[in-house]
Amino acid sequence: MSYFADKQTLVADIFSRYPDSPQGRRSALMPLIREVQDAEGFVNGTRLDEIAALCGTTATEVRSVMSFYSTYHTLPTGKYHLQVCSTVMCSLAGSDELWDHLVNMLDVQPGEVSPDGRFSVQKVECLGSCGTAPMMQINDDGYYESVTPSKCARILESLRADLQPLPDNPVPVTVNAEGRQMLANGEVVGASITGLSQLPPIFPGGEA
Amino acid sequence: MTAVAPNPPKPITSGKDPRFAPTLYAHVGQPESWTLSYYRRNGGYEAVKRAFSMGADAVIDEVKKSGLRGRGGAGFATGLKWSFMPLNDGKPHYIICNADESEPGSFKDRYLLSEDPHQLIEGMVIAAYAMRASVGYIYIRGEYVHAAERINAAIEEARAAGLLGKNVLNSGFDFQLHLHRGAGAYICGEETALMNSLEGLRANPRLKPPFPAAAGLYGLPTTINNVETFCAATQILKFGAEWHAGMGTEKSKGMKLFQVSGPVARPGVYELPLGVTFRELIYDWAGGPLEEIKAIIPGGSSCPMLRWDDKTLDTPMDYESIAGAGSMLGTGGVTVIPKADCIVNATWNMVRFYGHESCGKCTPCREGISSWMTRMYEKLVRGHGQPGDVQLILDMSENIGGRSFCALADACLGPVLSSIELFREEYDSLAQFQTPTYPARNRWKDV
Repeated sequence: MSYFADKQTLVADIFSRYPDSPQGRRSALMPLIREVQDAEGFVNGTRLDEIAALCGTTATEVRSVMSFYSTYHTLPTGKYHLQVCSTVMCSLAGSDELWDHLVNMLDVQPGEVSPDGRFSVQKVECLGSCGTAPMMQINDDGYYESVTPSKCARILESLRADLQPLPDNPVPVTVNAEGRQMLANGEVVGASITGLSQLPPIFPGGEA
Repeated sequence: MTAVAPNPPKPITSGKDPRFAPTLYAHVGQPESWTLSYYRRNGGYEAVKRAFSMGADAVIDEVKKSGLRGRGGAGFATGLKWSFMPLNDGKPHYIICNADESEPGSFKDRYLLSEDPHQLIEGMVIAAYAMRASVGYIYIRGEYVHAAERINAAIEEARAAGLLGKNVLNSGFDFQLHLHRGAGAYICGEETALMNSLEGLRANPRLKPPFPAAAGLYGLPTTINNVETFCAATQILKFGAEWHAGMGTEKSKGMKLFQVSGPVARPGVYELPLGVTFRELIYDWAGGPLEEIKAIIPGGSSCPMLRWDDKTLDTPMDYESIAGAGSMLGTGGVTVIPKADCIVNATWNMVRFYGHESCGKCTPCREGISSWMTRMYEKLVRGHGQPGDVQLILDMSENIGGRSFCALADACLGPVLSSIELFREEYDSLAQFQTPTYPARNRWKDV
């Protein structure tokens, strides 16, 4: 059965975001690919045809677009698809070693799925987590940041028991009530020379 | 509500100046900061009311007066960019938020998107009103799943509250806003490639001119700004152009989200006035380096690296001063490179990145970067270097630089040429003797 046959509301919602024109129809391509991939893990040949028909183009065109982007899959991935950032900021924090460790421990290479169907791995480019490097993303579920060897071991152990830990989404620097930047542990930073805590809280949000 | 600070006698160029307080980043990390009720409790959606009361042209003037420049990397004057949009041409206008943050070393927008989505939405409503745009898209990189969920929820909330859609806040102004998720391609940060991606095509850049303000998305007038630029517009409309222009240097006004990564005590995002020195950012805010450092990448990986010395550390971080030092402010993503890491290996990582992300449209980039440059570096770091290899890299760079379709190939040459200039002896060691000056070491440790 067509994936979208019983999802007319969803399809209509996606199309409503773009102009009612052939070009606008084509814009729905990426959201539709994402829909299928989120539900099925990858996009097979039949689904390519269905998406192409909806967008008024050909399956070859859909496949061409998919091949351009790194997060689309035309092959099945494992239940947990581990994406390790390999770009220089993570590399300086040990992502090369993290990658080697994962490939060895899980006995899986990029493009493969581990024999139990649980794991697949992918090296990805900078995911914008340079301040909390190294990092990996699991499926589409969120970031696992500052992945030290012991944290990596804990994550793998949980995944092997099919208990995926929640992504942490840490925010290393926030702003306190006085409008001063502080760390997660409450330490106010930028204070090494003048002692910021002594300064009057001039926060431009107040009434003049 | 417009708490305009009195025009300061001396511009604010330090985060330690008592007159400075973070605004862009003020609510990041607070409980429920992403909800409409939190945002409204903290003065949210007041700036847009002020914009509506001023009129569209006055909003553009206000942004011009503030001195705001694009925060995505190029630093083009935002008010001027907005004024390029045609008036009364009878065509639909679009605005797009470039939330495809993928420059290695940049991670500021991720926090703004996931922790303060309404600040961005408000900035986009203001911009759309000023540029007579009726539809906006937030193009977010596909990997920012958590942020995409927060943005979608915020758009829903704003729509239900009459802040988006028909007749926004009874002003008679209509504005629809949609989220469009990318799927992992660095080139989508280039504005015309982003528009192709939004149109469901492969993200190859387009020839300019025509510029987007004349023929952009679907061939219609379009303006694209970075997340931080829209958020800054919200703050400018809230506190006034003079408040914004009171921060920074003569030509680089306002506050900036700087990011620090690499071995420092407190990596993270810090909001500071433009013109702050590298020394203040790295020592006072980021806590100083944890080991000996040899180079700084000042604004994301495509900005040429600078030598770690007093001269660099005392350079003010504004567009002109960093350009004067031979690099770029870029996205403000500062990375420090330890002395004990092989610079050729680190540069290879960046070259490989650009090679992987080349869209393949033009020959200098596809063959020059993805194939030749990547292979030359691999040859060096794998211990197969030969005398003359470094000169060959320089010759290739000369034939690539300025000859590619978009800026991606030149971006790759930033780290290549600067690292050869600063650390030629490390290159020569690999080319002559096939041994790195600084051998590989285990960097993956429990803290």
